[in-house]
Amino acid sequence: MNTNSNTYTIVYATVVVIIVAVMLALVSQVLGPRQQANVELDQQKQILGALKQDISNCADPAALFFSLVKDTLDVNGHPVYVAEVEGEPKFVLKLKGAGLWGGIGGYLALNKDKNTIYGANFNHESETPGLGALIVELPFRQQFEGKHIRNAEGEIVSVAVLKAGTTAEGQEQVDALSGATITSTGVSDMLKANLAEYAEFLNNVKPCCGHCKKHDEGKCCQHEAEQAEATEAQIVTE
Amino acid sequence: MALSQKTKETLLGPLNANNPVVVQVLGICSALAVTVQLKPALVMGVAVTIIVAMSNVIISLLRNTIPMRIRIIVQLVVVAALVTLVSEVLKAFAYDVAMQLSVYIGLIITNCILMGRLEAFAMTNKPWDSFLDGLGSGLGYAWILIAVAFVRELFGAGTLLGFRIIPESWYVANGGFYENCGMMMMPAMALILVGCIIWAHRSLNKEEK
Repeated sequence: MNTNSNTYTIVYATVVVIIVAVMLALVSQVLGPRQQANVELDQQKQILGALKQDISNCADPAALFFSLVKDTLDVNGHPVYVAEVEGEPKFVLKLKGAGLWGGIGGYLALNKDKNTIYGANFNHESETPGLGALIVELPFRQQFEGKHIRNAEGEIVSVAVLKAGTTAEGQEQVDALSGATITSTGVSDMLKANLAEYAEFLNNVKPCCGHCKKHDEGKCCQHEAEQAEATEAQIVTE
Repeated sequence: MALSQKTKETLLGPLNANNPVVVQVLGICSALAVTVQLKPALVMGVAVTIIVAMSNVIISLLRNTIPMRIRIIVQLVVVAALVTLVSEVLKAFAYDVAMQLSVYIGLIITNCILMGRLEAFAMTNKPWDSFLDGLGSGLGYAWILIAVAFVRELFGAGTLLGFRIIPESWYVANGGFYENCGMMMMPAMALILVGCIIWAHRSLNKEEK
């Protein structure tokens, strides 16, 4: 048979492509549910990471996830996971941004004052191992704990990721990764952009310190709670 | 099983005398990208070995039916299908590994060694020989990758496979005298190391030729 004729070439190419397409479609169909389950489990694990749960020895992360996360809110299409850790409510925001080679993302857990960062977790699609990929490691993530996303005036200003030795004006900062400037800037930009998206949620519902303009974690909320209790007690006595 | 002289040459040649990276200078791009740490280098080496061997067999089986004018396209379709398959299977059964390697798995499609072996060997040889050739080429690529990654991770981060080799107490930060070599983390260093390997390899093999 003449394997160089036009007809043969076209038929051959068509057959090869159809066989490969059918095979890949089948594989994708068969493995799809399992992959989807993996993606969901991975997302739950990441949220647990942002909530500072050690899941390295956890047999069933999904169960732990559902025991901590009580509710999921929707803020203009962005999810907010409402969790409860050691009796304290935490809000987990989803982050999405761009690194050097591809997308980066993460979860940011805030205390109930919607200002203090409780924990952060990051992921990436294709950052360089040993450099940008280090954003997923604990030393980088732990820097965010206890930082505040608001400035003294209560405006949402995010947390900057900056080279050690430089200072951010009017916002708190963490150290960037050396050798991974673009990824670090990506994390910084991602935080700023995503927090802006969540502004409605963050500024909504009596920002716990609305009246005293202080953002010290807990204190003011407690103050408010005490007041509420006092009012309640008053009503009862009346 | 005794290997014939020709089989031995097909399988073992690429490990040294006919190494795809240091002699044929193929697959340099990924050798730079994945050698910052040992683990991705190892997995990349294994993945490439499996995929070269399998695609070599498939192309070898098809070699008499492939129309000459679209042979590269057919080779590419086979390689891309295999790579997609591996990536899908990893995502379903080893999600963590797939996430760590996603970009490298995709990069295998563009690895010059694959097209090089398919075009130079599998198109004109029988399946079993092609399989051995693929295996040898993959391993020849893998050991260079591992050698480069070994040096880069050890001197760049003081660890191997994530385990600390150079004690924390040696570091300047902890009052010691040692500091990691930041150069090792840069892609350029991989090129320099590959260059050193080529240099050593050529001077060792000069007499034989």
